[in-house]
Amino acid sequence: MKASLMLFLLTLVFSAGLYAETLHEERSLYRNIFVTEVDGRRCLLFNAVRGERNQTCKNMRDPKEIIFHYARMTMGGLLVNPNPQNILIAGLGGGTIPVALNELFPTAKIDVLEIDQAVVNVARDFFGFVENDNMVAHVVDARVFIKRAGLEGRKYDFIMLDAFTGEYIPEHLLTQEFLEEVKQILTPDGVVVANTFSTSALYGHESETYREVFGEFFNFKMAGSGNRVIIAQQKPLPNQGEMRIAAQALHEPLRPYGVDILEFPSRMTTRPDWDETRRVLTDQFSPANLLGQ
Amino acid sequence: MTATPRNTLLQNVIVAAAFINGFVIMTIELLGGRIMSPYFGSSVYVWGSIITIFMLSLSLGYLWGGRLSSRNPNPRTFALFFLLSAILSLPIIFFAEWTMTQVFLSIEDPRYGSLLTATLLYFLPICFMGMVSPYSVRLLVSSEEHSGRMAGLLYFVSTLGSALGTLMTSFYFVLWFEIDQIMWGAIAGLLISGAAIMIACKIPVRESAGVHRYES
Repeated sequence: MKASLMLFLLTLVFSAGLYAETLHEERSLYRNIFVTEVDGRRCLLFNAVRGERNQTCKNMRDPKEIIFHYARMTMGGLLVNPNPQNILIAGLGGGTIPVALNELFPTAKIDVLEIDQAVVNVARDFFGFVENDNMVAHVVDARVFIKRAGLEGRKYDFIMLDAFTGEYIPEHLLTQEFLEEVKQILTPDGVVVANTFSTSALYGHESETYREVFGEFFNFKMAGSGNRVIIAQQKPLPNQGEMRIAAQALHEPLRPYGVDILEFPSRMTTRPDWDETRRVLTDQFSPANLLGQ
Repeated sequence: MTATPRNTLLQNVIVAAAFINGFVIMTIELLGGRIMSPYFGSSVYVWGSIITIFMLSLSLGYLWGGRLSSRNPNPRTFALFFLLSAILSLPIIFFAEWTMTQVFLSIEDPRYGSLLTATLLYFLPICFMGMVSPYSVRLLVSSEEHSGRMAGLLYFVSTLGSALGTLMTSFYFVLWFEIDQIMWGAIAGLLISGAAIMIACKIPVRESAGVHRYES
């Protein structure tokens, strides 16, 4: 019994050692970036020494498949705005989401914001993120880009906020003032989709901040994911029936990406499940990294 | 001369003021990153701008403070540095938003935008805080022989203040208070230091052992 367990463990160790091939390492101003490939699954890791956090993964045998739950969940924003034409994505990662949206909506203009040039390089060289006439990556801090877009009167109808690495939280991208700036560049029918944390005290603070700015929002969670996706809009949110109809239309186009959109509407609830006494985060008070522990 | 080195109360107050000065410099520096991030982001160059301007301001403050200390050094001038630092820090509370909006509108590149903002907001107050260091050395040194020792003590105390200021601000103050509240605390610390120096040099010097020996 013991021997077989040992053998099993040894096999695990060896198989990991044999197949976890590091394809690329890159050191940027902000972090160390690793690209690994295990059994046909290529992953982007930040600061691999500490805790092995996968930012994004790609199935090399089925490149369309969106592997992470939270990334699939962000497609829930399409239930609120099924045909976005001006898309803004803060946080590139491996480029999974922008590439999928570019394929799904080839005529839509997509601006991708990424603070780290090295991440853009890696997404291009290893994850098939190719810029084109409609999809452009900007190496810029999201707050700076969005503030300027607001001043210049540019608008987006699908805004995705996904600028968190898990290790360090950009505190100026969680505040009420920032979300007001986001709201300012949102068209009346536009939707904001935010990938956020669902654990720690930050959950309540972040929820209250979104509610302060957008009012009621969809609090979207799924089993198997530690993330919570916020889906918010300026006008009243669609009801279950409307979303089911939208899901029917999106079901076929989203299937190659492994997104089972039909399951989403029933999980998109507006019911608060957080501590509603938590303080709203502002530019004056945003100790997100301390609250997130 | 008022700055008699035998006024031990004044000496202690000067050392304490150097500590608070070091503390406040780092508190203001750390908050600088938070104040500027809504306009220029939290990229590495925003910190680059802040640290550059703080270092530049301190270096010029050291130079000018040292020069001033060779002409009639006295605790009142020293107290004035604290008062001016406090007053010149007020625009960080009242005009930072306005300043950053103007800079943001006129300069597109956030590197130069953050550098200009850091200069406008921090150059003057931090210069005066830099002047504190050499001037405090001059006030405490009574003989050439122990000048190195005094300079060492003051560096120790003010840098220890900086270490604690960094720790307290980044670990606790931002969790307990709003940024403007912390800034008010820093300004209060500077004003109290200045006032304490003025009070300490007004209290008549008691006959200390040293004086007694000299007279007998």
